[in-house]
Amino acid sequence: MDSRTVLSIKDLSIEFPLYEGTLKALNGVSLTVKQGEIVGIVGESGSGKSITAMMTMRLLGEGSYRVRTGSIDMLGVDILKASEKEICELRGGDVAMIFQEPMTALNPTRKVGKQMVDVIRRHQRVSKGQAEEIAAGLLSDMHFADPEDILARYPFELSGGMRQRVLIALAFSCNPKVIIADEPTTALDVTVQKQVLMLLKKMAAERKTAILFITHDMAVVSQFCDRVYVMYAGSLIESGSTRKVLHSPRHPYTRGLLAALPETAAPGTQLKSIPGSVPDLSKLPVGCAFQSRCSQSSEKCHQKPALAEAPQTDAHLCACWHPLTDLEAVA
Amino acid sequence: MTPTPILQMKDVHVRFPINPDWLGRPRQHVHALNGISIDVARGDILGIVGESGCGKSTLAQILVGLLKPTSGSLQLAKQDAATRSGMQIVFQDPQSSLNPKLPVWKIITEPVYALGDRPSQQAMMDLAKSLAIQVGIRPEYIYRFPHEFSGGQRQRIAIARALSTNPEIILLDEPTSALDISVQAQILNLLQELQRSRNMTFILISHNVSVIRHMCNRTAVMYLGQIVEVGATLDVLENPRHPYTQLLMESVPKLSDAGFSSDPAEKTELPSNIKLPAGCFFKDRCARATSGCQTPQALVTGEPRQTGHQVRCHLAYA
Repeated sequence: MDSRTVLSIKDLSIEFPLYEGTLKALNGVSLTVKQGEIVGIVGESGSGKSITAMMTMRLLGEGSYRVRTGSIDMLGVDILKASEKEICELRGGDVAMIFQEPMTALNPTRKVGKQMVDVIRRHQRVSKGQAEEIAAGLLSDMHFADPEDILARYPFELSGGMRQRVLIALAFSCNPKVIIADEPTTALDVTVQKQVLMLLKKMAAERKTAILFITHDMAVVSQFCDRVYVMYAGSLIESGSTRKVLHSPRHPYTRGLLAALPETAAPGTQLKSIPGSVPDLSKLPVGCAFQSRCSQSSEKCHQKPALAEAPQTDAHLCACWHPLTDLEAVA
Repeated sequence: MTPTPILQMKDVHVRFPINPDWLGRPRQHVHALNGISIDVARGDILGIVGESGCGKSTLAQILVGLLKPTSGSLQLAKQDAATRSGMQIVFQDPQSSLNPKLPVWKIITEPVYALGDRPSQQAMMDLAKSLAIQVGIRPEYIYRFPHEFSGGQRQRIAIARALSTNPEIILLDEPTSALDISVQAQILNLLQELQRSRNMTFILISHNVSVIRHMCNRTAVMYLGQIVEVGATLDVLENPRHPYTQLLMESVPKLSDAGFSSDPAEKTELPSNIKLPAGCFFKDRCARATSGCQTPQALVTGEPRQTGHQVRCHLAYA
């Protein structure tokens, strides 16, 4: 593993035991995030993007899941084997997380300042006064006009966008090397979303923080991420630089998803929808999970295609036996 | 331009009492809608776009009669507004808007039943079957229960239910925001087909500008309980005249761009709707605010008049 890699997931397969059978939530996911990089994971609901995010911090309830294969290496710590104590050192310190719902991520009974000071003092040896100064500085970086006033408020006194900015400030409070952002702007309005994303990007660039950015919104990915992984039914099906993946997609699913967006079609025309729906993860077909909805599928698709390994991670990869060539994608 | 409207709203205000004193008399009011006037013509697809807290959902409730306006009037052609069979609604969340204890055929025909018609059970099932076919649900599935369907299929059932009384207008309140992209495309296609084949009138409420652009021929942009801009969809969304619409359109992430270009807006907070700002509601966030913004703004009709483009800003055509 090269020294600039901060997060590397190798062939991770996670399943949840059910009353009948197992739910295969992740099927051989391999991804890497390098220092200072903004990497997106995009997919529809149930594709396993949030599970991937949760697993990188081992936040799923112990015993509720089984690891079939794979390993996660976060800043040199083997997440799947580490003790609870080691992981707690990492969480909030070198690795921070931003969740989708800013109201549920903050403690409603304690003031914003107290919550921030707690986190800062948990990971850094500073006095209370110093911690408050750090917190106020972070909040003013997040464009709050009066940080001291915000520190003295309860979360319910803030609007959704302000709460999310507090959470981002909190995430940066211990100078993390990696931030896992799970749909951080989905609950926000577009004008606020733009502000939050730009602040997040600016902070990350200044501090060389890597971001793993989970979202279902293709347009947000195109604005925000350097590199993107597309997920479908618990597998990565396409990866590469944002430009390449979104402008000349090679996997039929990625292309179908982009064509289904109303912004790509002329107003009033028929949208190109993908027939059928996402397969049941407890009854995944043998081979490619997309074959039943795919127009290109053939005999070969009964074998599972792999996201071909390549020496450099920014190559445009696609897990498909019949990838679309760039020419077809343009047409 | 517009033929006789089938729905007319005139200066509708809604306010909710809050913060009662010890006698239970309200001390303050939340001003949810502050003078909405809009006409809808037959065959229109009117889009209503705005951010959370701008009064979209209150407007929806007014339209279907779940709320009464504090002042102002609402008129639906043909039927009088009290029976309200002229309008049906499709809600955002198909999970919670379908009764889990009823089989699908009963769900679909419930509006007919609720209006007081009592056709035979066989007639209701036949109606449910024909509607199910129209929305792409297999007719043999109508004996199933909602939990046996996926989100997209449930939304189809909700649309079939809205069609059952053959309403003049269907109000779609964020019909696809709970759905995935590929399913959203299926539902939008279905709605367009229905609109064309039956010449229906839709009012589509959404926060998603690209859905509005795709579906609607007219669009109204709402801000703090007022319509700030209304007109043909392409006029409003491609050449926005109101500073708020311009801000909104700039903020929508686009697939084509490389990244956000301009600086983030400093002020993204909506002003309080308890104490409404004096004058133009948008002036505190507006980069172009001048002294003329201290007076309340009226909707100004632009030139040429026949396009019906109206903007609530005195600078729009200055």
